[in-house]
Amino acid sequence: MTAPTIDLGALPGGLRLRGHKTAATASPIVDVPIPAQLVIPLEQHVGEPAQPLVAPGDRVRRGQLIATTERALGAPVHASSSGTVVAIEPWPVSRRLGDPAPCIVIECDGRDEAIPGTASFNVETATRDALLQHIIDGGIVGLGGAVFPTAQKLMQARGNRVDMLILNGVECEPYISCDDMLMQSRADAVVGGATILMLATGVEHCVIAIESDKPAAIAAVARAIAETADDRVVLKQVPTIYPSGGEDQLVLIVANREVPSGGLPTDAGCLVQNVGTAAAVYDWIVRGEPLIARITTVTGDGVAAPVNVRARIGTQVADIIAFAGGYTDDATHLVIGGPLTGKSVSTDRVPLVKASNCILVTSAPVEAGPELPCIRCGYCAEVCPVQLLPQQLYWYAGADDESRLRAHGLTDCIECGCCDLVCPSHIPLTADFRAAKGRIRELEDEKARAERARRRFEARSERLERERLEREAELARQKDSAKRAGPEAIAAILRRKRQDDGDR
Amino acid sequence: MEFERREAPLWRSQASVSSMMLQVLAALVPAALAHVWFFGPGLILNLLVAAIFATAGEALVMRLRGRPPGPALLDYSALVTAALLAFALPSLTPWWVTATGSLFAVLVAKHLYGGLGFNIFNPAMAGYVVVLISFPADLSLWVAPRMGDLDYQYLTMLETLRFTLTGNLPDALTFDAVTRATPLDAMKAGLGNMMTIEEIRANPIMGDFGGRGWEWIGNFLAVGGIWLLIRGIIRWHIPVAMLAGLLIPATVLYLLDPGAHPGPGFHLFSGATILGAFFIATDPVSAATSPRGRLIYGFGIGFLTWCIRHWGSYADGVAFAVLLMNMAVPALDLVTKPRIIGHTGRGGTP
Repeated sequence: MTAPTIDLGALPGGLRLRGHKTAATASPIVDVPIPAQLVIPLEQHVGEPAQPLVAPGDRVRRGQLIATTERALGAPVHASSSGTVVAIEPWPVSRRLGDPAPCIVIECDGRDEAIPGTASFNVETATRDALLQHIIDGGIVGLGGAVFPTAQKLMQARGNRVDMLILNGVECEPYISCDDMLMQSRADAVVGGATILMLATGVEHCVIAIESDKPAAIAAVARAIAETADDRVVLKQVPTIYPSGGEDQLVLIVANREVPSGGLPTDAGCLVQNVGTAAAVYDWIVRGEPLIARITTVTGDGVAAPVNVRARIGTQVADIIAFAGGYTDDATHLVIGGPLTGKSVSTDRVPLVKASNCILVTSAPVEAGPELPCIRCGYCAEVCPVQLLPQQLYWYAGADDESRLRAHGLTDCIECGCCDLVCPSHIPLTADFRAAKGRIRELEDEKARAERARRRFEARSERLERERLEREAELARQKDSAKRAGPEAIAAILRRKRQDDGDR
Repeated sequence: MEFERREAPLWRSQASVSSMMLQVLAALVPAALAHVWFFGPGLILNLLVAAIFATAGEALVMRLRGRPPGPALLDYSALVTAALLAFALPSLTPWWVTATGSLFAVLVAKHLYGGLGFNIFNPAMAGYVVVLISFPADLSLWVAPRMGDLDYQYLTMLETLRFTLTGNLPDALTFDAVTRATPLDAMKAGLGNMMTIEEIRANPIMGDFGGRGWEWIGNFLAVGGIWLLIRGIIRWHIPVAMLAGLLIPATVLYLLDPGAHPGPGFHLFSGATILGAFFIATDPVSAATSPRGRLIYGFGIGFLTWCIRHWGSYADGVAFAVLLMNMAVPALDLVTKPRIIGHTGRGGTP
C-alpha cells in the first residue's frame, strides 16, 4: 500500500474555511426514488446544446439516447428512466439561475425499464479510439462542476505530452461531500476508473488527491489501490485549504507545475479528472450504465435532514428536498453547488443535472454591513490563489480599463470568491470581476464581428476593382486588335453589326 | 417554492472597516493613558478638539458631496485621523492649531482626493505638517515629563484647559518655566553645539534610551502595535522595514563614532518612531499594497526619517518621510506587482 504523502507544491493564498460537511456525511448515501416526472435539460455541459432525438409521445427507456450533438464540444443525453416524452419545452434550469431553457420532459412509468443491454465493452481488446468513442457515447462529462465533456479532455491529453493523471478528490468547498461519500463507499470504482482513463490516454502515472479532512475516504481509496496492486496509482493527501480543488490549483499542488495563463492542465502535462467522473467512466465501461444518475449533497440549515443522495438526472430539486425531509422554516436561499461558487437559483423546480454536486439551502446569510470604499488593505491579494491584485482589478473594473484589466490578469481570475470573504469593505469583488469579464468578452466578440465585416468589405472592394481592371483590359484588347486589323476588318465588323441590328 | 437569488459567493467577510478602525483606536489606549500620566491631560484635550473638528469636517463634506454622512462617520476613519494627529501634537496646543490640522487632514488631504480609500497622502500627517509649518512656535510647547525626581513646574488640568482654549498661560508662568525641549530637540541642539552624546544625555529629561516618560509611551505603543499584528489588522512588513530603515544607518554611525551619534535605542524610543511604524505608516489607504512594495515603502520611511533627523533642520522626520513615501506608492505598486500564477515574467502579460 502506498502511504499518503505530502511532498507537494504550495498553493499561494487560499483560506481555511469551516467545512460544514459533517451534517451530510453522518449517514450513508440513499437513493432518491424515481420521480413521476423527469426534466432533462438539453444543455448540461460546456459547449453546444444537444439536439433532441425524440418527440412528444415517444416512449423511452432507461439509458436510451434522447439527445445528442455532432459538435466537438458536447455530450449526448440519455433518458434516466423509462416513460413517455410529454414535452420538449423551456423549463427553469440551474445553469440559468432558475430561468428557463429547453428541456425534455418525461412522464415516468415507474417500471424503470432499461434498453436491451448494450453488449459489455471489452476494455482489453478495444483500440484507444474505440474506447474514447465509447466514453463519448456514455454521455460522460466532468462531475466536479465544470461538466467539461470527458472524452474531449482525454483527446487533449493525447494531443499533448501528458505524463500525469490527477484524480481530483479534494472537494474543498464547504458543505459539499458527495465525492467524499463516493470515495468512502465506492473506492474500487474510482480506482477502476483511473485504470481505464490511463488506458484511454496512455498515461502511466496517476495521483489520486484527497483533502486531509477526509480520513475515511483516504483509508478507503488506499485500500482499493492496495487491492489492485497497481503501482502506477498513488494517493496524495493535500492540505485542507480552499480552493485547492480548483483544477489549476491542484496541478500546482500535486505536480508543482503552473498551468499557463489561458491554457489547460494538459498544457502543463497533467490530465485532471474528478473522482466522480472516474467512477462514472467505470460504471459505463464495466457495468454498461450511462451517466443517468449522480450523487449530490443535500445540505444547509434550510434542509430538515441533510444527507447525500443518489438521484436520477432530471429529478427536480423539490422532489429531492422533499425526500430529505423538506425545508426548515429558515430556508431563504437555494444554491446549486457550494456557497462560494454555486448558482443561487430562484426556484426548486430546476432539475438535477450532471453538474449538480450539491443542493444547498440556507437561511439568509448574515449581512455584514454596507459596501464601503476599498481601503487598499490588501487582504484580497493575500488570499488570491492566482496571485492577482483584486484591489487593483476592482479599481480598473470600475474605470472599465480593458488593457489594464488584462495586464492585471482579470481573465486568470478563477472566481473562487476568496477575496469577497476577506474584504472588510464588503465589496462584491467576484461579481464585479465576472461582470468585467463579460464586458471584455463582448468587446472581443464585437471586435471579431467588426474584423469579419472589414474583411468582407475588403474582399468585395478587391473583387470589384479586379473586375473593373479586367473589363478595361478586355476593352483595350478589343480596341487594340481592331486597330491592328486595319480599316477592312473594322468595316467587316460594322457590317456584321448592322446586319445583326437589321435582323432584330 | 421560490427563492431569492444572490450572486456567488453567498458569504461575505464578517470583518469590517469600522471594526478595524476601532481596533486601531483601542490599540492606542494604553499609550494614551501613559501619555496623560507623564505629560498631563493635554493629549485628551487635543484628542477632543481633533475629534470634534475631524467629525464635523467629515459630516460637512459628505453633505456637500450629497451623500449620507452616517456611513462615513461610522467607519471611524476620521476618528483615527484625529487620534494620530493628537498624538503628534505637543501637550500644550491651542485649539485653533489642532482644529486647523484636523480640518486640513479631513477636508483637503482626504476628501479633495475622493474620501476614504482615495487619498494619496496620510491625512493625519498632512494635517500635522501643515500646522508644523504654519505654527512653528506653537508646535514647540512640549511639557516636561512628570517624573518624581524632576522638579519642574506643571500645569493643572484647569490651567491646561484654559491654555488650550485661549492660548494663555496663568499670569505667574512663562513658557520657559513649563515647557522643555523634547529629547530629539535636545539631541539636535546639543550636537549643533558640538556637545558629545554623553554630555547631551546628562540632561535630566534623558532616560535609558530616549527621553524619560517617552520610553514608556513607546513601550505601550509597541504593545498596541503588536496586538494589531496579532489581530491581523496590520501586516509586519511596514513596521519591520521602517524600523530597519531607521535603525540600520543609525547603528552603523553609532558604531563608527558613539560619541558623535545617538544610538539606535535613542532613535527607536524618540519622536514618532514607534507610533509611525505601527500606526501611521501602516495606514493601508496611503501605503503600498504588495508585500515587496510594503517592504520598500516602510524602509523608505525609516531611512528618510533618519536622513531628516541626521541632516535636516527638523528634529523628527517621520511625518515628512511618510508623505514623501506616499508619493512613491503608485510607482511601487506598479513595479512590485507579483507574478501571476501561470504567467511568465514579472507581473503583466504572459
